[in-house]
Amino acid sequence: MPKKMHIELTVNGQSHEFLAEPRELLIHTLRERLNLTGPHIGCETSHCGACTVIVNGKSVKSCTMFVAQANGADLTTIEGLGTPDVPHVLQTAFREHHGLQCGFCTPGMITRASKLLEENPNPTEEEIRFGMAGNLCRCTGYQNIVKSILAAASELNAAKEAAE
Amino acid sequence: MIPAAFDYYRPKDMGDVVALLQEHGDDARVMAGGHSLIPMMKLRMAEIAHLIDLQDVAGLGGISVESGQITLGAMVTQHEIIDSDALRAAAPILHEAALQIADPQVRYMGTVGGNVANGDPGNDMPGLMQCLDATFTLVGPDGKREVAARGFYHAAYMTDRDDSEVLTSVSFAAPKGGYAYEKQKRKIGDYATAAAAVQIEKSGGVCASASIAMTNLSDTPIWSETAGAALVGTKVDDAAIAAAIAAMQADIEPVEDNRGPAAFKRHAAATVLTRAIRRAWDRA
Repeated sequence: MPKKMHIELTVNGQSHEFLAEPRELLIHTLRERLNLTGPHIGCETSHCGACTVIVNGKSVKSCTMFVAQANGADLTTIEGLGTPDVPHVLQTAFREHHGLQCGFCTPGMITRASKLLEENPNPTEEEIRFGMAGNLCRCTGYQNIVKSILAAASELNAAKEAAE
Repeated sequence: MIPAAFDYYRPKDMGDVVALLQEHGDDARVMAGGHSLIPMMKLRMAEIAHLIDLQDVAGLGGISVESGQITLGAMVTQHEIIDSDALRAAAPILHEAALQIADPQVRYMGTVGGNVANGDPGNDMPGLMQCLDATFTLVGPDGKREVAARGFYHAAYMTDRDDSEVLTSVSFAAPKGGYAYEKQKRKIGDYATAAAAVQIEKSGGVCASASIAMTNLSDTPIWSETAGAALVGTKVDDAAIAAAIAAMQADIEPVEDNRGPAAFKRHAAATVLTRAIRRAWDRA
């Protein structure tokens, strides 16, 4: 039995310390240890993007990262983006534009989209499709997902302009 | 899918990495972004007793573009390659190729060093680096040595790198002329069915030099010297392109797999190379 490691993570602004085997996958840490079940386990082979979280400012498929690699990192999951009372602009946009059908891919979609809009606040439809290419929707509801992200972008930009 | 247990190391300098590799030999592996290795570990096709994470090792990052010479630290990610304006200006073929690798999430993690050192025939950077005549720097117990990309690949996953060495950087002269990286794949995130890297220089309306490399059409990347030579001195017309395609076909050895039978791969190889040559020539 290999030695357990002392792990420190900051997730959605909250610090966590625990002992874990290095081989524990980050998605299992989040879901089973920290009870953050927003990130989903889809393909488990780094194709589908349902497990997408933000690690030190990067969109990462948490099924393909060991908790040991994330030791010391700052993470954001869908739970850290918005709450039922105060949803993130993307969450509202996905609801209003029917950007989900079964909902399984949605947390990964929104978490990835939040990073995409941070890097490119004014994306074209093509840039959204390219930037979201690591997330699969098996309901194939891509039209409305793209529409939702476009709507969220213009909402965020309008809010920014109003603030200026 | 849970991989077999391993001991995890996150050393801060290369001396410690090499010492660990010497101590544990075959049982140890270095890991950059992990997006090739971790899936193999999860499938238990790879069992690594001692996993050495390179993320904190000093001196493995950074993109340098200086007086026509480009150096990429092994831990430079595909995302950083796409994001670097200086690199895009000096070697736009890297930008074009990196955009066709994997997907956004994987490109934040996937590194140039991992891509070239792994020896997977499906990786895009090895062929690209052969096209650019790049040099790989390796560090091991006996110090540093340099190996040409064109001589680095022996067979699938078999390279010139010794088990106790680490590939630390990739360097090449800023390419001149027109360029193109053309890749045929089944879906985003897939490896190439066939891909072609082309750099062409034009002088007085004729091709002055051409470098052509093909990906995932043999158990190593294929730099086809004869395909490039077939274009030199021509106006890169249909006849010259046909000659280059024929020369390339003589150098590749595709085999049937889930991307199709060998004949289909030869067809795809001809298509991507034709497109790449035309685009590179237009840009030359």
